[in-house]
Amino acid sequence: MTALVLAEHDNAELKPATLNAVTAASQLGGDVHVLVAGSGAQAVADAAARIAGVSVVLLADDASYGNRLAENIAPLIVSLAGDYDAIVAPTTTSGKNILPRVAAQLDVAQISDVMKVESADTFVRPIYAGNALATVQSTDSKKVMTVRGTGFPAAAATGGSAEIRTIAAAANPGNSRFVGAELAKSDRPELTAAKIIVSGGRGMGSSGAFSIIESLADKLGAAVGASRAAVDAGFISNDHQVGQTGKIVAPQLYIAVGISGAIQHLAGMKDSKVIVAINKDEEAPIFQIADYGLVADLFQAVPELEKAL
Amino acid sequence: MKILVPVKRVIDYNVKARVKADKTGVDLANVKMSMNPFDEIAVEEAIRKKEAGQAEEIIAVSIGPAQAQETLRTALAMGADRAILIQTDDIVEPLAVAKLLKAVVDAEQPKLVILGKQAIDDDSNQTGQMLAALLGWPQGTFASIVKVVGDGIEVTREVDGGLETVALTLPAIVTTDLRLNEPRYASLPNIMKAKKKQLDVKTAADYGVDISPRLKTLKVEEPAKRAGGIKVKTIEELVDKLKNEAGVI
Ligand SMILES: Cc1cc2nc3c(=O)[nH]c(=O)nc-3n(C[C@H](O)[C@H](O)[C@H](O)COP(=O)(O)OP(=O)(O)OC[C@H]3O[C@@H](n4cnc5c(N)ncnc54)[C@H](O)[C@@H]3O)c2cc1C
Ligand SMILES: Cc1cc2nc3c(=O)[nH]c(=O)nc-3n(C[C@H](O)[C@H](O)[C@H](O)COP(=O)(O)OP(=O)(O)OC[C@H]3O[C@@H](n4cnc5c(N)ncnc54)[C@H](O)[C@@H]3O)c2cc1C
Repeated sequence: MTALVLAEHDNAELKPATLNAVTAASQLGGDVHVLVAGSGAQAVADAAARIAGVSVVLLADDASYGNRLAENIAPLIVSLAGDYDAIVAPTTTSGKNILPRVAAQLDVAQISDVMKVESADTFVRPIYAGNALATVQSTDSKKVMTVRGTGFPAAAATGGSAEIRTIAAAANPGNSRFVGAELAKSDRPELTAAKIIVSGGRGMGSSGAFSIIESLADKLGAAVGASRAAVDAGFISNDHQVGQTGKIVAPQLYIAVGISGAIQHLAGMKDSKVIVAINKDEEAPIFQIADYGLVADLFQAVPELEKAL
Repeated sequence: MKILVPVKRVIDYNVKARVKADKTGVDLANVKMSMNPFDEIAVEEAIRKKEAGQAEEIIAVSIGPAQAQETLRTALAMGADRAILIQTDDIVEPLAVAKLLKAVVDAEQPKLVILGKQAIDDDSNQTGQMLAALLGWPQGTFASIVKVVGDGIEVTREVDGGLETVALTLPAIVTTDLRLNEPRYASLPNIMKAKKKQLDVKTAADYGVDISPRLKTLKVEEPAKRAGGIKVKTIEELVDKLKNEAGVI
């Protein structure tokens, strides 16, 4: 049994989501290899080789992989798949974009967003916004799966010394081209890796008001999250959305401010260790899952909380 | 160009799913069902492309039970031109859905297929990408802007780090994200008109596609419930609890 993990990276840095995927892959019970497909990504391969428990790193370094276009990377993975029993990617937008393409080309079902590995062919995954957990057994000989970061502890980033093998690029179908990106730049921790998250909802009322959330987050060394309503209203950019159709987070502390607690939002944060809700409506559903609820006007409570820390 | 829009009938997004006592699945008896919200966005986008003179015909297709006709009628009432139901009461996994859709694409030859990024029941987020792979077409997933540019399209995608734009040749696959558009409500006259629009009912066998599942669902359970919390009266009390009881700050 050997599993191939698709590394999450931006050509310069290996992203932490890779470490959780390595843990999931090692629970399948065999060797773990990591594929780094990128452009000028030697440093990423070096970092992947240091992950504890990884025995081989495959480095496909080619301009066509620079922006991780699914059309280009899927055929590469398919060409390697013969040597592997399982192909694993983190449930990131990149993993979600690429892996089903691989599964379809291999004619196997993909198991999405695995939270738990029961055995080499049996997995637990959330359905219906996490209101139900399905235990599914794959009858395909090869397993293709994305894994939820919050379900698996990160493998140690150092301590390993895997062999790095350089491999050739696969044929590029030439039907897609990267045009550009507008990536959020922030000194705050990444949402999915943060220990503390402060999230704002529609109750914030405006993008200007979001500064009190940001200020509280900075005091706590926290990441900033948001509900869909806050993103739709333009208070903050889409990469902050927490929920069924945004990011799934499970920090030590999640502070929900001016968020009502819709099923879709809860799906993204209800596995947090401690949940605090600040809402002026004492009937808001968020209070049903909050460990500590404060019924208050957020415009008073949030600055006060920041001061009290 | 012709646009194909696959639409799925799912539990309404306002309904909280309940697991069956025998753990075989989710109880859908007497539960309100609706079109998957991402598919409403897909239908809306197709209609806007038609209104802009960039598309001539919109075909909605659904795979599911007889009641999925209602979902298709909703798409027709919004503005789709005709519909196809591939009727089945079986569980159809994304790979099988993608194979059936490929057969429909082969027959109808659309230039663009717009799907939802995920169905809110099974949350797989696979079908569009699988269809793209089976057809060998490019894909613009999690789209928040879709522009026809020359003889291709440019798709702005919602990615973990922000937004990213890709240029694709046609034919292509698009999957919708929440902020692509705000779907319209069907007007009463359009709901009436939709009843007369063409809706063909087919079976998987008509397309010669094997839809047998690859995954066995062993059980479906409710997740562990969170123990109820408390209300605090003041900020001081909150800070004290976080420091001394929970130990998280
Ligand atoms: C297909 C689909 C996918 C979705 N995916 C997601 C998702 O991934 N993530 C997500 O979050 N949502 C998602 N949603 C949307 C979800 O259903 C809710 O609409 C959304 O979460 C509501 O956001 P909110 O709580 O900020 O707004 P509201 O529900 O409007 O709540 C605002 C809250 O702020 C409180 N408030 C207002 N003013 C103040 C004040 N001054 N002080 C204190 N409290 C105040 C109010 O009491 C209220 O409880 C999705 C919906 C659909 C249909
Ligand atoms: C525990 C469990 C129980 C299940 N029970 C049932 C059941 O009782 N009945 C049943 O029918 N299925 C059942 N299924 C199958 C499941 O609900 C989905 O139909 C299937 O797995 C497709 O996944 P998805 O909809 O999440 O795909 P996604 O890849 O998330 O869907 C993305 C998009 O693909 C398109 N699409 C997907 N499916 C269809 C479709 N059928 N028709 C048209 N367009 C589509 C839509 O545009 C959609 O937005 C069950 C699955 C599990 C795990």
